[in-house]
Order: sequence, then C-alpha cells, then structure tokens
Amino acid sequence: MKILVPVKRVVDYNVKVRVKADGTGVETAGVKMSMNPFDEIAVEEAVRLKEKGAATEIVAISMGVAACAETIRTALAMGADRGILVETNVELQPLAVAKLLKAIAAKEEPGLIILGKQAIDDDMSATGQMLAALLGWAQGTFASKVTVDGANLIVTREVDGGLETVQLTLPAIVTTDLRLNEPRYASLPNIMKARKKPIETIKPEDLGVDPTPRLTTLKVAEPPKRLAGVKVKSVAELVDKLRNEAKVI
Amino acid sequence: MTALVLLDHENGAIKQPSRSAVAAAAGLGEVHVLVAGSGVAAAAAAALPGVAKVILADAPAYAHALAEPLAALLIALAPGYTHLLAATTANGKNVMPRVAALLDSQPISDIAAVIDADTFIRPIYAGNALATVKSSDAKKVITVRAASFDPVPATGGAAPIEAAPAVDCPSLSSFVSSELSKSERPELTAARVVISGGRGMQNGENFKLLEPIADKLGAAVGASRAAVDAGFVPNDYQVGQTGKIVAPELYLAIGISGAIQHLAGMKDSKVIVAINKDEEAPIFQVADYGLVADLFVALPELAAELERT
Ligand SMILES: Cc1cc2nc3c(=O)[nH]c(=O)nc-3n(C[C@H](O)[C@H](O)[C@H](O)COP(=O)(O)OP(=O)(O)OC[C@H]3O[C@@H](n4cnc5c(N)ncnc54)[C@H](O)[C@@H]3O)c2cc1C
Ligand SMILES: Nc1ncnc2c1ncn2[C@@H]1O[C@H](COP(=O)(O)O)[C@@H](O)[C@H]1O
Repeated sequence: MKILVPVKRVVDYNVKVRVKADGTGVETAGVKMSMNPFDEIAVEEAVRLKEKGAATEIVAISMGVAACAETIRTALAMGADRGILVETNVELQPLAVAKLLKAIAAKEEPGLIILGKQAIDDDMSATGQMLAALLGWAQGTFASKVTVDGANLIVTREVDGGLETVQLTLPAIVTTDLRLNEPRYASLPNIMKARKKPIETIKPEDLGVDPTPRLTTLKVAEPPKRLAGVKVKSVAELVDKLRNEAKVI
Repeated sequence: MTALVLLDHENGAIKQPSRSAVAAAAGLGEVHVLVAGSGVAAAAAAALPGVAKVILADAPAYAHALAEPLAALLIALAPGYTHLLAATTANGKNVMPRVAALLDSQPISDIAAVIDADTFIRPIYAGNALATVKSSDAKKVITVRAASFDPVPATGGAAPIEAAPAVDCPSLSSFVSSELSKSERPELTAARVVISGGRGMQNGENFKLLEPIADKLGAAVGASRAAVDAGFVPNDYQVGQTGKIVAPELYLAIGISGAIQHLAGMKDSKVIVAINKDEEAPIFQVADYGLVADLFVALPELAAELERT
C-alpha cells in the first residue's frame, strides 16, 4: 500500500506572530518556518506503518512557494521515500489543496492519505475532510490510533466526550491528533540520505486545478489585548477579590 | 436567505455550542435546524427560540453521527439554503468541510463574528490575529466558535417539525465503539467556571485536589496539553488552540505555564486566575489575579477557604 502525506510549511509553533501594521496579514518575513506539527505526526505514522510492513511507499507532498521543498526534505529525512512539490505563489486555501491532492491521488492511487487535523497558521481544520469528500472515501479525523486490518482501517478518534473507534473501508483518509505518536528527530545520516531522494516539481495547471482563493481577506487585526491584572499575596486575598471585586463567586 | 444549522444533541437535549450556532445563524436570516440520529426526538430543537423549522432525520445510518451519511444528508437539503452551519465541535469539524467540498465551497471555519451574509471574522494563528474574510461562494459552509456567541435559550420556541427525505449513502465507515469520559460536572464548553490543571499537577491522582474546588464552584475541569499527553487526564479535557475553546466567567489555571496554544483556548474568559510557583510564568500576563505559590499548598487552602464562607 502506498501512503500520501501532505505536509504544510507554516510559521513555527514557537513564534509569537505579529500582525502587519497595514492590516494585510501577519509578518512572515524573516520568521522561522517549520513543518506543521500535525503533519510531522502524519509522516511519523506513515513511517511506522511502513516499518510494520503495512505500507510500501511514502510520498510527501507540499504545496505553495518554492521553499516548501525544505518541508518535503524534512519528511524525506524522517523516512518518506519521495516528494511532490506543487509550486505556486497563489495563496492556497483548503478547497484548492484538496482539489490538487485529488488530482495527485488519481495518478498515484494510494491506499491511504494521512493529513494533519489542522494547520496551525490558518486553523481551518478542513483539508482532510474535503479531500475525503472529493475522492468519495471514508474519513477518520482526529486520530489517536490507527491500525490496518486487511481491507479496512481501524481508527480511534479524539472526540468531544472522549474517544470513538470507527472502521473505514480502504482507501481512506486519516487526519492526525496530538496523541497519535511522538514524531522522531531525523538522524544526521538520514538527513544526508534525504538529499538524494527525488522531489518532482509541478504546477497547479499541470493538475488541471484553478487554485484561486474563494475567501478574500479584507483585514487582519490584532485581538483585543488582555491586560495583566494584580498579584495577590494569599489564598484568602484571592477569594476575597473574586467574591467582592470581580463578583464571580 | 435561509440558514440551516446542524445540531449536536445528547439524550434529547441540544448541546450548548449548537445553541450558540443558532444564535450566529440568526444574524443571517431565517433559521432552520437539523436533528439527525436514530430514535431521536425533535422536541428540544423545536423549543429553541428563533427557529422557524426543524428537520428531523431519524434513521439507523445517523446513529453515530458518522461524517459520510451526515454529509450526504446535508447535501440533499442544501438546495433550500444559502448558509449551512454547525458549532465548531468534533462533530461540526468532522462533517461540515466534507459538505463544503461537495458543494464546491470553501468552508469558513470557526467564525467569531458575523459582519454580513458573506463576511465573517475568524481567528487565525492560535487567535493571535483576527481575519475578516469575505466569501465568494454561492453557499456558505460555516462552523461557529461557540464561545463567541451567547447561546439562544433552550426553551421558548415552538417550531414545526418536518421529516427529512430518505438519503442514500454508500457505507464507507462503521462505528465500532466509544470510550466516553464520565463526569457529573458541567461540560467544559458550557461551564460558568472552569478549573484547569497543567504539568505542574505532576500526576493524575493530584487532579483530585481540584475536585473540592470544582464542586464548590460548580466548575468543569480542564487541562493543558502537557497534562493530557502525560496521561493525567483524558484527551477531552484539553483546552487550547487544538483542544476546546472556552470562555467562562471564571477560569482558574493551576500549574499551567501559559503557552500561546493554551492561551488560545481560554483568553476570552471574563476573569482569569493563575496559580503558579514561577512568578515569570507567561500565564500571569493574562491573569486578572495571580498567586505565586506552590499549588500543593494553595489548593487545599483554597478548598478550605471556599468551604469556610
Ligand atoms: C501543534 C501544537 C498544538 C498544541 N495545542 C495545545 C492545546 O490545545 N492546549 C495546550 O494547553 N497546549 C497545547 N500545546 C502545547 C503547548 O505548547 C505547551 O507545551 C503546553 O500548553 C504546556 O503545558 P503546561 O503549561 O501544563 O506545562 P509546562 O509548560 O511545563 O508548565 C508547567 C507549569 O507548572 C508550574 N508548576 C510546576 N510545579 C508547580 C507547583 N508545585 N506549584 C505551582 N506551579 C507549579 C511551572 O512553574 C510551570 O509554569 C500545543 C503544542 C503544539 C506544538
Ligand atoms: N499547502 C499545503 N501543502 C501540503 N499540505 C497541506 C497544505 N495545506 C493543508 N495541508 C494539509 O491539510 C492539513 C489540514 O490543513 P487545514 O485544513 O488548512 O487546517 C494539514 O495538516 C496538511 O496535512
């Protein structure tokens, strides 16, 4: 079984992003970029399935500016076999990403596609579900456990009340949640090896997809600032303030 | 303009986040709601004020709210609507993007405000920025950040109930089992008070220290990701960017440092209290009342102080 893993290049999760003064977006110039953390979990899961013999090949796909090739390299260093870069300077939204992935899936014929549950920049949490719809496949979102069982996939999902387990007919879509695994660090020899792994570069036009965004961002603003309050000296003072000043208890 | 809201329900009641989604939809036009399940009743949905019609889909296929049949149902109903909404819950997030893709529409996830029928405000980058976005799609598919909209009351309305058409859906997935956390406490996303523990709690056993306080305040118990990852509490306790978003009247953060991702889930709370032994902890930058203390000393004191008065 072949596994596709879409990996997004995003502002690193440790960066405190700043809204641009002109309100057109957030500052990304000179900011550290990394693979979306949920996608690292997706790559790790694919590599583990391959190590267990449940998968034969892992293809990492990233879409966006040319620098997304670095994100693919990271996936290759973790154990993916080859990469596909869909290069464009157009802002890609989940609908476009899902359409591009559908076109790639038609060529690659994977048995499983593992995505992150959410990109930590746009916080959409949509692409995997959309791709599943376009392909007419089953979806196992917010996965904390994945097992291949013959022609089926057993997925345990993190839901609002706890955990839920579903069975999906393969081919299928999985999106990762935080508890699925702990991604490995790429070793130096694997980073070296990754340099020789192939990355194919294509354009949205090659896939017959119009990536024009459907949502126009009119303005990006800073949220209202919360001011730090006071330090209290004791539990008694805290309870007094909550009762008589804030009046919340 | 008519909006259809997919409701989350349990034991005949409509979940509070869905009542917030109905409130958001009311800003868009006439509101219809959809109750889907197996052996479900529509009475609670019909009682929601401001709802003009309830559509009831009662069939075995909807028993476990699987995305594939629910999306097929919403697609069958979609021609009658300009807007399709659900709360940003596990269910809403699972189903709505699937619906959007089938309508060739870009979903508008987790809106925090409605500007007009096409324009919405949504948080991005863990709530560190608020984007105003305008959709050019014919049908808008939306999930609603419940913490940003006051829920409509649970009673007061009397909407007519109509049965949904039967919809075929190829069976791609099936329910196997669930393991739901049992608690007598209010739900995190609906509670007036939330008390959350972090890595500083050290283990699951110590979370018991939060209980007498939660009992006294009628609070829900939450946690940071670190506490969940370490196995102190189940996954559904996680508050944050990638967990639950809460905005209670009072939020108490105990042994939580205040990482961006945690703040994203609680910084719209009305009053924030932090107890942390590190006076430099970033949580103090958003806390209205900060207590620099060892939580193992402060929590029993707090329980006693609340008990005393
Ligand atoms: C993709 C991604 C998504 C994430 N999503 C979330 C999310 O949704 N929610 C979330 O919470 N995090 C999330 N995180 C994790 C986040 O970055 C932090 O790692 C996490 O919030 C830290 O949890 P903590 O504050 O409990 O632990 P720590 O940062 O380790 O802080 C523990 C605190 O406890 C204090 N302490 C220790 N002992 C005591 C004591 N005896 N008395 C008093 N205080 C004490 C310490 O001073 C410290 O401040 C995410 C991270 C990533 C990469
Ligand atoms: N530009 C992209 N390139 C590769 N993968 C992407 C891209 N955008 C989204 N994805 C995938 O879709 C997931 C969910 O993203 P989103 O729906 O934007 O929250 C991510 O975790 C990735 O796996």
